[in-house]
Amino acid sequence: MVNKLDELLNFHHQALNLRSQRQQVLASNIANADTPGYKARDIDFKAALAAAVSHPPKGEPPSGAPAAAAPAKLLYRAMVQPSVDGNTVDMDVERAQFAENTVHYEANITLLTHQIRTMLAAIQG
Amino acid sequence: MTSLLKVFDVAGSAMTAQAQRLNVVASNLANADSASGPDGKAYKAKQVVFSTELMGAAENSGVRVTGVIEDPSPAKQLYQPGHPMADEKGYVTMPNVNVVEEMVNMISASRAYQNNVETLNTAKTLLMKTLSIGQ
Repeated sequence: MVNKLDELLNFHHQALNLRSQRQQVLASNIANADTPGYKARDIDFKAALAAAVSHPPKGEPPSGAPAAAAPAKLLYRAMVQPSVDGNTVDMDVERAQFAENTVHYEANITLLTHQIRTMLAAIQG
Repeated sequence: MTSLLKVFDVAGSAMTAQAQRLNVVASNLANADSASGPDGKAYKAKQVVFSTELMGAAENSGVRVTGVIEDPSPAKQLYQPGHPMADEKGYVTMPNVNVVEEMVNMISASRAYQNNVETLNTAKTLLMKTLSIGQ
């Protein structure tokens, strides 16, 4: 039963983890918008989530927190308008991606909360 | 959760760096006409140098000001024979501050600062929502 609950919540757990990691990467891009030579980075969310869900962390202690999945591979963003100082941060792209990631993170939390409520309703009858 | 907390560090470091840049711009603009400073020479425009600072993992890259350099562009020569700082030909050495450039620099720094404030606020909202999971 506990395993089933674990499985139920695992997807959102992994997705939220990756979303927060991506938020971090995008925040770094925005922070370094004026740093010469900085290359904008991002993660392939779809591939990273597929990898995290298909290979769940194994051998974790039953009582401890689930082992964190390996962090997603960091890629470099393709340049649209190269600048002379070697910086590849495009603020429009970064802001749009940041907003998108925020909405997805919130949606994930909403879904997770509803799933927990559904399970609670089933448990309490 | 922990990586969202690091957004505070990253955005905070960027805000510190941009604020320092704004400070330098203010000092350049204030001294745009200072013909003499504490060393007796005309003021030299200053610029900050940003560099990436790794905060643990590769995805946590903050910003650090590695140094403040003096603008190497030549000083302006102003013909003003009555000026006490004028040389024998009547020219006064004025600071090499380009006011237009400084204004652009100021707007850029202020926008970058605002961007980071927004990043920080968003991360805060997300963290608060994360804390309310299941309620």
